[in-house]
Amino acid sequence: MKKLSMAASLAALALLAACGTSGGSGGSADQAAGTGGFTPPNLKKLDKLGTGEGKLSVLAWPGYAEDGSNDPKVDWVTPFEKQTGCQVTVKTFGTSDEAVTLMKTGQYDVVSASGDASLRLIAGGQVEPVNTDLIPNYADIYPFLKNRPWNSVQGQMYGVPHGYGANLLMWRTDKVKPAPTSWGAVFDPNSPYKGAVTAYDSPIYIADAAMYLMATKPDLGIKNPYALDDKQFNAAVDLLKSQKTLISEYWSDYLKEVQAFTSGNSVIGTTWQVIANVASGEKVPVQVTVPTEGVTGWSDTWMVSATSKNKNCAYLWMNHIISPEANAAVAEYFGESPANGKACAKTADKNHCATYHAGDAAYAEKIWYWTTPIEQCLDGRTDVKCTDYSKWTQAWTQIKG
Amino acid sequence: MTISRPTRIVLRVLTVLILAVVYVPLLLVLVNSFNLNKTFAWPPKEFTLEWWRRAAESQGALDALWVSVRVGLAATVVALVLGTMIAFALQRFDFYGRDTVSLLVILPIALPGIVTGIALNNAFRTLFGWQLGFVTIVIAHATFCIVTVFNNVIARLRRTGVQLEQASADLGASGFTTFRLVTFPLIRSALLAGALLAFALSFDEIIVTTFTAGASVQTLPIWIFNNLFRPNQAPIVNVVAAALIVFSVIPVWLAQRLSGDAESLGAGR
Amino acid sequence: MSTLHRHPKARLGLLLGPPMLWLGVAYLGALAALFVTALWTQNGFTGLIERQWTLDSFRTLFTVDVYRTIALRTIGVAALVTVIDALVAFPIALYMAKVARPGLRRFLLVAVLMPLWASYLVKAYAWRGMFSEGGLVSSAFEAVGLKSPGYGLTATVVTLAYLWLPYMILPIYAGLERLPDSLLEASADLGGRSLQTLRRIILPTVVPFVVAGSIFTFSLTLGDYIAVRIVGGTNQLLGNVVYDNVGSANNLPFAAAVATVPVVVMLGYLAVVRRTGAMESL
Repeated sequence: MKKLSMAASLAALALLAACGTSGGSGGSADQAAGTGGFTPPNLKKLDKLGTGEGKLSVLAWPGYAEDGSNDPKVDWVTPFEKQTGCQVTVKTFGTSDEAVTLMKTGQYDVVSASGDASLRLIAGGQVEPVNTDLIPNYADIYPFLKNRPWNSVQGQMYGVPHGYGANLLMWRTDKVKPAPTSWGAVFDPNSPYKGAVTAYDSPIYIADAAMYLMATKPDLGIKNPYALDDKQFNAAVDLLKSQKTLISEYWSDYLKEVQAFTSGNSVIGTTWQVIANVASGEKVPVQVTVPTEGVTGWSDTWMVSATSKNKNCAYLWMNHIISPEANAAVAEYFGESPANGKACAKTADKNHCATYHAGDAAYAEKIWYWTTPIEQCLDGRTDVKCTDYSKWTQAWTQIKG
Repeated sequence: MTISRPTRIVLRVLTVLILAVVYVPLLLVLVNSFNLNKTFAWPPKEFTLEWWRRAAESQGALDALWVSVRVGLAATVVALVLGTMIAFALQRFDFYGRDTVSLLVILPIALPGIVTGIALNNAFRTLFGWQLGFVTIVIAHATFCIVTVFNNVIARLRRTGVQLEQASADLGASGFTTFRLVTFPLIRSALLAGALLAFALSFDEIIVTTFTAGASVQTLPIWIFNNLFRPNQAPIVNVVAAALIVFSVIPVWLAQRLSGDAESLGAGR
Repeated sequence: MSTLHRHPKARLGLLLGPPMLWLGVAYLGALAALFVTALWTQNGFTGLIERQWTLDSFRTLFTVDVYRTIALRTIGVAALVTVIDALVAFPIALYMAKVARPGLRRFLLVAVLMPLWASYLVKAYAWRGMFSEGGLVSSAFEAVGLKSPGYGLTATVVTLAYLWLPYMILPIYAGLERLPDSLLEASADLGGRSLQTLRRIILPTVVPFVVAGSIFTFSLTLGDYIAVRIVGGTNQLLGNVVYDNVGSANNLPFAAAVATVPVVVMLGYLAVVRRTGAMESL
C-alpha cells in the first residue's frame, strides 16, 4: 500500500515535470533549405533609436570586446561607456556552439556570431532583424559583406558585419623545421611531431579535414567542406580519427593553446592570429601561414537579442564597434580584416589591411567561412542528402574517443 | 604503547611525505603568483610584486569575493535550519521512510555535480521561469550543503540522548525554553562545525554554480574560471588563489578551536 | 507548544515539512524534469526542445560504441582514484588519530583541511603546469631516466586523486578517532603485534568509513569534466559528454540520457554501500 503511494507520488512528480519543461518550436524551421530557405520567426526590428538604457551585456569572441582588463592599452569598451552611458559587461565563449547555448538563456543583449551560429540563432528566434538605417557607420561597410547568406534572410539583415579572418597554421620555429606549407603537416600519419599537434575542439573542425581532402583526394568530389554527403563525411571523419594519434590536446580556450605552445606540449596546429600575437608577446618563437590547401575562417556579425531589454544600447554598441577607430583596434588586436573600409586608415600598422586582404572581395571569397552544415547540400546538389550538424557533433565525440 | 615504534616511524614518514605532496602544488601557486611570465612558464625566470599590486586593485576579484561570501553565508544559514530540522526528525522519531529521507539528504552531494547543475538549471529556467542570479545560486548551494550540517548534528544528537531535555521538561520548562537553554548549547559546536564545512563547500563550488549563476552574478570560482583564460588576468587569479590558501588558515583554525573535539569536524565530509 | 507535545506526529510534520519540500519536491522534481527530457527530442537546427516521446537518445547511448568506452573509462578512473585515495589517506589518518599528540593532531587537521579552501581550478592548473613539458613532474621523471607521462589519463587520475584526498582523509580520521584506545591496548595485551592489530581490529573498523569517503571520490570523479580538460590531453570522460551536449552540442535530451549513467551507477553504489553501514559513518 505504501509502495503504491510512493509510486503514485513519483508518477505525479513526473507528470508535473513533463508539463513544465520547455517545449514548442520557434519558426517553421522545416530543416532550413540552407541559405534563406527557411522561414524565420516573425520578429520586428527596432523602429527608432531612443536613449541608452544604461547597461549592455555583450557576448563575444575573446578579443572582440576588450575593456582594458587584459591589457590596459587595449580598450575600446571604456570609450563607448563614456560616450553612451551604457555600462558594459562582457562574456566570452570558445566555440560557436557555446555562443548559441548562451544566447538561448536570453541574458545577453548582443552577440558576435560567426556563420555557423548566426542562422541557428535566427531560426531559433534568439535574434531579431536589424534596422541598418539606425546605424550610421553601416554605410561604410564593404559591400561584399552585406546581404550574405549567413547574415541575412530574404534580403533582411540580421546584424552588422564585424570583420573576417582565417584559421591559420601555427608552429614553433625552433622545434618544427623546415617551415610547413601544407596542412599535411598536421594530418600526415607519419608526422615527426606525433603527440605534439593541436587542433580546434569543435565539430566544425571536420570542415578543415574535408578541405584538406578537397586537395588531396579530388575523386571524392568535395566542392564545399560544409556540404558533405555520407561518403565524403566518413572520409573526413576517418582522417580525423587517424589524426587523433598525433594530437597532444584539442583547444577551445585560447590561453590553453598559448600555454601549450609556450611549454612545447604543442608545436604545430590550427590557430587564430591573436593567439600567435599573444604567444609572440610572451617571447615564444612562433610563426603562422596560410597553407596551400586553403583555410577555413569566420565572417562575424554582431546581432541583437530578440529578448533584450537594452536595445538602444545594443544599436549604439553596433554602431561603435564598426566605427573606424574601434573596428581598426579590434582588427589589429585580433588579427583579422575589418569590415569598415575607413578603419584601414586608422590601424597602427599601416600594412594591416594589406596583410589581411581587407576589401579584397576575391580573397574573401576563398576563405571557407564557418557555416552550419544542413541536410540540404550547401553546394547545390539535390541528388544526395548532406550530413547535418547534429551528425557532425556526434561524430566529433567519436573522433575524440 | 599500543602501536609499536617501527610502525609509528613508518606512519610518521608517510604522513610527512603525503603532506609534502599535498603542499607542493599549493607552493607552486604561491611561487607563480610572483612569476613575471604571464602564462606560468616553468621554471620562473623573473619575479615581481606587480601581480599582487594589481590584484589588490582588481575590482572584479573583490566583487566576486564579496558575492561568494554572501552566497556562502546565505546558503549556510538555510542549510543550518533545514539540516538541523532533518537531524532532529530522524534522530528523535521513528517512522516509515527514515532511510529514504537520509538517502534524499545525501543525494545532492552523492550525485555528480553536473547532474544537479543541469537539473536545477532546467528547473529554474523552464519549470519556474526564473531569471538565474543570486537567489538561484543560494538555492543550489543550500541543497548540497544540508548534508554537512545534518551529519554533524545527528552525530551529536546520537551522543547526547534525550535525558537532559526530558529533565528540563520535567522541571516545567516549555518546549522553546528547553530548546534555548538545554538543546541548543549541546549542539552548538556541531552546528558551528557543520556551518564552517558548508561555507567551505559553497565557497569553492564551481560546477553547480556554472549552471545556476547566469550571466550577471559572479562568485569567486566563476571569476577565476573566466579569468584563468585571459592573458593579463591569469597571474592575478594566481594571486587570489595564493591569498585564499594563506588566509584560509584562519577559519580552519577557528573551526578547530570552537568545535572542541575534532570528531565533529571529521564527521560529514 | 503543549499541543505539539501531545501530538508527536505534528511535531514530526513540522520538522520534516520544509526540508522535504525543498529536497523531496523541488530537488527531486528538478531531477525528474531533467530525465523526462531524455525521452524527448531536440530540433537539430534551432535547438528548441520538441515534446515528442522517443527512445532515440537512449538508443544512441547504447548502440554507439564510443559512449560505452567513455562510460567504462570513467568508471575505471573513478575506481582507481578511490583506491589511491584510500591507500594514501589511511596512513595519515591513522597517524593523526592514534599516534600524534593532541597539539600535533590539531595542527595536522588544519594542514589537511587547508587545501580544501584553495580553488579547485587553480589546483588543477598547478598540476597542468607540473605535467607540462619541463614542468616539475616531467623533470622528476627525466631525472630518473623515465619518460614523463605528460597530459593524459595518468595525469587525470593523479590530479583527481589529489583534489579529492581531503574528502577521504576526514571520514577515515573520524572513524579511527572513535576507535577506543582500550581495544588496541587489549589487543596488545593479548599478544597481538602491530600488524595483527592493524589487520584484525583497525582495518575492519575503518572499512565503513573508507566506503563513506569513497562515495564522494566516486561521485566527484564520475561527474567531473573540468580537471580532465585541463590535464587530460585528448581524453574525455562521461562528464565531458554531458557538458558538451548541454552546452556546445545543444542537445539537452541526449545530455540527460547520458547523465542517467552516473546517476544509476551512484544509486547502485549507494544501495550496495548501505549494507556496510557506511551511511551512518558519513
